[in-house]
Order: sequence, then C-alpha cells, then structure tokens
Amino acid sequence: MIKNILPLGDAAVYCDFGSEVNQEINSRVINFFNQISKLNELKKIEGIINLTPSYNKLIISLDLSITNYQKVKDFVLNLKLINFKKTSHQNIKIPICSEGDFALDFERITKITNQSKEQILDLFYQQEYFCYMTGFVAGMPFLGDINEKIRCQRLETPRVNVPEGSVGITEQFTNIYTSQSPGGWNIIGNTPLKIFNKLDEIKPNLINPGDKIKFYPITKKQHDNWK
Amino acid sequence: MIIGNKNIYFEVCRPGTNTTIQDSGRNHLYHLGITVSGAVDQKNFKLSNLILNNNINEGVIEFAFQGPLLKLYNGKVAVCISGEIIFDVIRNNSSIEKGNCYQIYYLNHGDQIDIKSTKNSLYGYLAIKGGFNLKKIWNSYSINTKAGIGPNNGKKFSIGEKIFIKNEFNEVLRERQTGFKNSREKVIRVMKGTNFDFFSEKSKKIFFTESFKITNLVDRMGIRLSGPELENIVNTNIRSEGIIKGTIQVPADGNPIIMLADHGTIGGYPKIATVISADLDNIAQLMPNSEVNFKEVNLEEAEELYKKYLNEIDKYAKNLNEFN
Repeated sequence: MIKNILPLGDAAVYCDFGSEVNQEINSRVINFFNQISKLNELKKIEGIINLTPSYNKLIISLDLSITNYQKVKDFVLNLKLINFKKTSHQNIKIPICSEGDFALDFERITKITNQSKEQILDLFYQQEYFCYMTGFVAGMPFLGDINEKIRCQRLETPRVNVPEGSVGITEQFTNIYTSQSPGGWNIIGNTPLKIFNKLDEIKPNLINPGDKIKFYPITKKQHDNWK
Repeated sequence: MIIGNKNIYFEVCRPGTNTTIQDSGRNHLYHLGITVSGAVDQKNFKLSNLILNNNINEGVIEFAFQGPLLKLYNGKVAVCISGEIIFDVIRNNSSIEKGNCYQIYYLNHGDQIDIKSTKNSLYGYLAIKGGFNLKKIWNSYSINTKAGIGPNNGKKFSIGEKIFIKNEFNEVLRERQTGFKNSREKVIRVMKGTNFDFFSEKSKKIFFTESFKITNLVDRMGIRLSGPELENIVNTNIRSEGIIKGTIQVPADGNPIIMLADHGTIGGYPKIATVISADLDNIAQLMPNSEVNFKEVNLEEAEELYKKYLNEIDKYAKNLNEFN
C-alpha cells in the first residue's frame, strides 16, 4: 500500500503511496488518514500532532518531545487497515456564476482549448468531481478530474489577488478559492457559497477529501442574492 | 494579590510592522488547510513567559522589525520582553527608562512601552503576567493574518485598538536571571529533502558548500534566499503534497524558500532539504542580507540536537525557579 516511508526533516514521517494521481491511490491515502486520526483521538498512539493527506502522500507531523520518527514509522507499518472500502462521502452541489467579471479567464481558455465558452461550461458541468484533498490555504478543495478537452496550464504569471469564491481550473483539476489569495489557476466563475467558515470550529470545511461534487450554473442575480 | 478584571488594557498608539498575538501554535488542522502558526522564535516566546512565571504557552505579543507603542490603562501589570530589542519604558510622569530584555518591568496606569526596533534579529516578544484576555480559536491564541484566523479577527493590530489584559498584578516578582544569550549562528543544520535527487550533482554540492543570502522577502510564511542557482534536472513541479515548518522548497527560478510558521499546508515545489527542529528559531531570526550556510546532519544527530535544545529551555526554567 505504502510504497516508501521516509523522514521529512526530524519531525515528520513522509508516507509515499506512489507518483500517479487517481482516485484509487487517493482513497488509500484517505483511508490511512482516517484510521490514524481515529487511533490518535483514542490515544492509541501518542505524539502525532498533524496529518496531511494529499493526492498520493500522507505526512505525519510529530511532537519530538513525545515520540520520534522510528516509533511512528513502526506504528504505520504495523497498521492493520480494518475495512478498506470506499470511504464514506457526501454529495455536494455547488452553484457557479460565470457571467461578467466572475469569469476572468475565458478568453485564454477558449484560445488554448479551441472550445467556445458554452462548450467549456457544458463539459465542465457534465462531470461529477472527486475531492482529492483540501489545503494550501484553509479549506481550499482540490477536485478532479475535468474533461480532457478543457484542460489547460496554470497562468504564466499568477494573479496577486484572486477573489474569494473563484472557481479555477488547471490540468486535470478544479479548485475553489476559499479566501482572497494569490493564485495562478484559470478562473471560470464564482460561487456565493461559503466553502470555509472560520466561525465553525467543529466543521469549518464544506468540502472534505472523498466528497463528490456537482456544479450547476446560476445567474448574476441569483449569485448576488445568495444567502 | 490578583484583583478581578477592571478592563485593564493596552492601547495601541503605534502598531509597528507586524504585531500579532502568538503562542506555541495550532495543531491537528493541517488536513483542513489550516497551518500551525505560533511564535516563529519558540525559545524566546517561552522565555518571556518563564521569566514572569506564567504558563509556558501563554499568548504573548509578537512583533517584527519595528514594534508597537503601547499605553496601559486602568491598572498595574508586570511585563517582560524577550529577543534582541531596543525599547523604552515611558512613565506617566514622562521620565524614560531604557529597557533591558529578559527583565521584569512594572507598569502603572498611563505608562507606555515603546518598542523601537529589533536589533540584529527579526522577532521579539512581550509577555504579560497572567496573560492577555483573549479567546482561543482552535485551541490557540495565535493570529494567522493570511487566513484571518485567531483573536483580533485574525488581523495584525492597528492603531487605536485595545489589547485587554486578564488580571491586574500588584505583587512584585523575584528578579530572575536566565543567563540566556541569543545565538546568531549562521550555519543552519538540515536533513536532505525527499526530492534531493531532483538536483544536479553540482547543485547538491553547492547547496552544502556555498553561502546563500537572506533576501528582503521574509515574513511569517517563509524566507526567500538568493545565491547560487540550484539546477533541477528532473522536474520543477511535483504533485502538491504536505509540507512542514523548515521545509526548503526550490521553485523553477532555482532560489530556495524556507517555510516558516504561517506556511501553506501543501506545496508543489521540489524539496531539497528540511531545517532541523533545533535550528528553526535561529533561521527565522536571521536578518535580510545575512549569509547562511547549510550543513547536513542525519536523523539521529537531528534528534540528539533537539533533545539538547529542549534541555536548554528546561535549564533556563530551572534557573528561574531557583531564583523564585
């Protein structure tokens, strides 16, 4: 399952599940993440202070005053995954408005993909997306995979400020900017939904790894009046 | 004797460059994209609390370069400043005392503390006996300005704001000596990164033999270095994955970036090395234009060095207790 375990500095364990990005490998990462989180909560292991699942890696951060690399590595290698089945997930619907200033990069994307704005949006809305991971900034979901016909590279020069709620695409992925931040993804629209809510300390993220996402179009008026 | 809260507070008369509240940081949230934050120089942060006989993880004011000018209202408090800091205590009667770090000062209503600048370093800390009257967010007082998380609505302090203090403090603490000296060691110890082999043989050698310069692009998120270009011969991007404090990433331009307390939780640049835990305080305090060299250590050495680091803090704590 884990292809390789390495130290990431002296205070983290780097678990490598492979180099490809697909839902099967990612589901394994999430499964490990869930299991270790649970054991950590139940105090079956001590000294783990953070777990960072991504596409195909899991980073385990350690409190070096309590544990060390070798102990946690042994623990991970001896972990018996009880039920490796598809992790439970939520189905979430996200409204997007692609009118006017919300759709910053259509000129660029139509040029690269040879598709009209309508065709791009059709292809984009058809798909159901899988949440591989959340992070970089608080709550930002990384979703995939988008139709091959509308894939394009990151902007050569990233924007200094991407507005909150912007929905971007790059390569096989789509993401949502949960707060205003710098970024280089191709922006196709904006959602009025709050994806990260810092006032909810229990469940701040609307979208979590393993969730299934469908997008649907709304008008500017609907966007502006969204509650 | 500690008297009930009479709304004692500091008014921020000058906010300074980047004045926030910090503590030991915020854990168990990386998977949500919420980073650790916390004081960038953990040792100095802890010392400021230890000297006041506070809980070692009590929230303190962190400042960088130019610090704040704070005026006390409605009570008496004890404060301690740590780091290498130039500051004055301006009494209500306008008399001025030159401040010494690691020393306790007692402030009365109307007294001001003027933190003019950090000296030969970047960050300093102001702790207050009993702590500030703030609400923990996700179990931490740390302010993360990039994500807007923490007390003060996740923002750095601005002029005219009030920072409330938990309790008045009327006693006199025993004067306490730490015997602490800030090290400004320019050799930073690292472990090879998970993408070390992405770099050319020449660049691998250069990384451990030549100096790099700390640029002006330093903040709580990270430190950008300049110097000999590190040539990537495999791929200048990797699939984004988790990173930690101390990770040294090298983007396509070949200039390394060292991640600090407010770093993004995941990153997509190859990692040439990771600063060991024992040297994180040190690297964060190096001034722009300083030269820095990297020295390789293995895992066992790094763990040993971190034990020493913890023992050193313990030693100061014990010294302080003997005097108390």
